[in-house]
Amino acid sequence: MTGNAVMDVLQVTVLVLVAAGATVVVRTRERVRLVLVLSAYGLLLAILFFTFQAPDVALSELTVGAVALPLILLLAIAKVRKRPE
Amino acid sequence: MTPRQRRWLFAIAAAGLVACYLWAFAGLPGFGHYPGPYGPEILKHAIAQTNATGVVSAINFDYRGFDTVGEEFILFTAAAGMSVVLRKLRGEREGRGEREGRAKSPYDRARNRDLPPTSDAVRMPTLALVGPVVLIGWWLAAHAQANPSGGFQGGVILATAFMLVYLSGEFLAFRRLSPVALLDCAEALGAGAFVAVGLAAVAQGLPYLDNFLPLGQVPGAVSSSGTIALISFFVGIEVAAAFTLIIGELLEQTLLVRAGGR
Repeated sequence: MTGNAVMDVLQVTVLVLVAAGATVVVRTRERVRLVLVLSAYGLLLAILFFTFQAPDVALSELTVGAVALPLILLLAIAKVRKRPE
Repeated sequence: MTPRQRRWLFAIAAAGLVACYLWAFAGLPGFGHYPGPYGPEILKHAIAQTNATGVVSAINFDYRGFDTVGEEFILFTAAAGMSVVLRKLRGEREGRGEREGRAKSPYDRARNRDLPPTSDAVRMPTLALVGPVVLIGWWLAAHAQANPSGGFQGGVILATAFMLVYLSGEFLAFRRLSPVALLDCAEALGAGAFVAVGLAAVAQGLPYLDNFLPLGQVPGAVSSSGTIALISFFVGIEVAAAFTLIIGELLEQTLLVRAGGR
């Protein structure tokens, strides 16, 4: 297999994974679980950008999509969650 | 509108969307074929013109630096707006907390929710990670001119170092390390310095954000690329402060609302 063919296989695999990941994110209903799935999806997107030769964007997606956004969402959920009386 | 009519409306709209989407899709250039004139031109000249091997940074902080100023101020405005909105609410709660004694931490005041102390198994790894995370953050922010990195990514990673402090210990330690006044100043200085670098070029009769500093001898060296490295550094400070501010405000809000009782 030449390098190009390897890259093609890799890119198609990651694209399929991202499509599957997006479906899982949309199908998840429980909020905390949704945030964790979203974080994993951010990681998948970062890998996608990396395989498409955009390491700069991959790094941004990794820091914001996989770490910062889930963190902010978790905090927001903790804020609005009803306290056990 | 009956459900039947609504379904018809949706069907027509959906059909229109599919048609337009396919039409647009057919007109796209082939996979991996970039038709624009700028990409090849930039790739040909960027390193020679800026001495930055991180060409993405050269584009972000030099060729289209003016756009990046706008992007930076999106984050700046978001953080400022967030602290304004949440600060007001916090003032309301603080009045109630005062009666119970301000000196207590939010944890102490919580009546119906005893938070367990952080276990050593969590505390040790997170504390051990703080140093490396700070190092990686600074490294990324300081090497925008040489690597696919930049102030934005480095800044976010720096902000997560503060989150590790919060995870490993307490909110109060996090707040002591990152007082709001200091964060406000750092954020404003980072954003302002970006604009000031652009104005410094204007003061010398050059276009706004023109790369007026010496470019250095070796492409890709840390000291090369003139204002690109400088702007990346300031963006790193701004982004780290903004993210720490946003997350800190949310943390404080969460803890105080939970502690304040209703």
